[in-house]
Amino acid sequence: MGLVESGKLPKPLTSLLNTSRKYSIWIFQWGLACCAIEMGAALGSPRYDVMRLGVIPLPASPRQADLVCFSGTVTDKMVPAIRRLYDQMPDPKYVISMGSCANCGGPYWDSYSVTKGVDQVVPVDVYVPGCPPRPEALLEGIVLLQQRIGKEDMVERWKGEPLVVS
Amino acid sequence: MTAVSDRQKLAYVNSQAADGRVNLEFETQEGMTLNMGPQHPATHGTLRIIVKLDGESVIAAEPVMGYMHRGYEKLTEVRTYPQVTTLVNRIDWLGSFANEVPFILAAEKLMEVEAPPRAQWIRTILFELSRIANISLFVGDMALHIGAMTAAFYAFRDREFVLNQIEAVTGGRFHPNFDRIGGLKDDLPKGWIADTKAAMEKIRDFCDEMDDLVTGNEIFQARTRGVGVIPADVAQQFGLSGANLRSSGVDWDLRRDQPVGLAWDQADWKVWTHPDGDSFARFWVRIQEVRESTKIVDQLLDGLPAGPIMAKVPRIIKVPEGEAWVATENPLGEMGYYVVSKGDLGPFRVKIRTASFNNVSVVPWVCRGVYVPDVVTILASLYFILGDIDR
Ligand code: SF4
Repeated sequence: MGLVESGKLPKPLTSLLNTSRKYSIWIFQWGLACCAIEMGAALGSPRYDVMRLGVIPLPASPRQADLVCFSGTVTDKMVPAIRRLYDQMPDPKYVISMGSCANCGGPYWDSYSVTKGVDQVVPVDVYVPGCPPRPEALLEGIVLLQQRIGKEDMVERWKGEPLVVS
Repeated sequence: MTAVSDRQKLAYVNSQAADGRVNLEFETQEGMTLNMGPQHPATHGTLRIIVKLDGESVIAAEPVMGYMHRGYEKLTEVRTYPQVTTLVNRIDWLGSFANEVPFILAAEKLMEVEAPPRAQWIRTILFELSRIANISLFVGDMALHIGAMTAAFYAFRDREFVLNQIEAVTGGRFHPNFDRIGGLKDDLPKGWIADTKAAMEKIRDFCDEMDDLVTGNEIFQARTRGVGVIPADVAQQFGLSGANLRSSGVDWDLRRDQPVGLAWDQADWKVWTHPDGDSFARFWVRIQEVRESTKIVDQLLDGLPAGPIMAKVPRIIKVPEGEAWVATENPLGEMGYYVVSKGDLGPFRVKIRTASFNNVSVVPWVCRGVYVPDVVTILASLYFILGDIDR
């Protein structure tokens, strides 16, 4: 990885690394509310079977995960724990926000105890809309994220510059 | 008072001993504190449990809730009646349709309208379908917590058949938002009855499969039998309801004992109880309940009356002044709504009684003196849903 640090990563190597990265994502499932069941259906049920996309669910700890999926209502009481877990994940890390609640508060947009969107706490890569989104929608979100990882410039990412969204 | 089995007596003696130990430990400040959650697979979401340990055994366990508090009771005050069903769907998110029914019934009671028989029957059918969807996931989940992955995959697989049927009627896999004051939104689609019967057949097979795979499994029995015993009197004192209460030997089911106008009395079914009150009993009672639910659905589908599905209600719903309490036997236990109306478009105040809140309140009592791995199985067998606890 010295090449990445020095900023001289050749293009073919970049795409090779990206391809291997995008098909070996470990997803940490943070099930918060109802959406967690649909996430469970996407990750754990034979009908949707996320592993065929090269995504492995159920890591033992966030320290081994590349991707975290926040599915459900984020309450103000939960926020410190979310931030703490996110900070424990190793870089490069990605976030999927699943469901209206995690996106923007959803049906609880005027509730006193609900955080209006997980993006107030952690940066989000892919938003999956719906209440709850179907498991297929989550799978599409994962595919979109994989496309994005495939196009990523690792040198830019190392420098900590904002990603170019394409 | 129901009869007390030997196992329950033993549990009582053990609990007395545990009480003594707790006092001793708290006085001497020994032991180690372990935090489970708020992100822990065994807590079905975001329950946090602080456990005080002496070596491997638990001397005190305390649930910390509120991580999923979404403020339903306050939100209902600023919503209209039809909008409230959208919210209450999401309390117990595995059996969503069952959450709507008591609220709608309470509103109907205040307005003095009654849904036509066909609507009542379809309500009952959907109610039971959501019970099956809810509890079949429990069956897989419980096995998962004992360490058997396979059962969870099977549960997710077979649950889809029920969700398909719910989706075919209501348009939502869960969160149907289908109940209306005075009836239902739509009638059943064509061919649904035959499909549902086929799905019920699959669910019965699923139950048999789970009996083979899990119930009779020696490891499963060793981990659950005699673990987490809740005697009948303790269960009643803590206000447990649903299968948790029935597995302590108390024969109490609101579907039978407190009819609210739905069609349960039209079917022939049985309330199962188990004398032991341990984790295994809670698992066993729930599997039987799924079987009974499939029977209810089958019978109701056979006798489904014809007719309209909507009573005459005004287009803009205003509920007259008054108060009403309706409780039904939801998948997790007794769920009730106390609706106070001041004659507005929306309720003035709604008090929601959910089963899981009481079901976890027994955790400190039942977890004293058990080993750490048993905490997980006890939590799994008590079967709560976080939205149902915190609301
Ligand atoms: S978006 Fe809807 S389904 Fe998902 S957690 Fe929020 S309320 Fe539940």
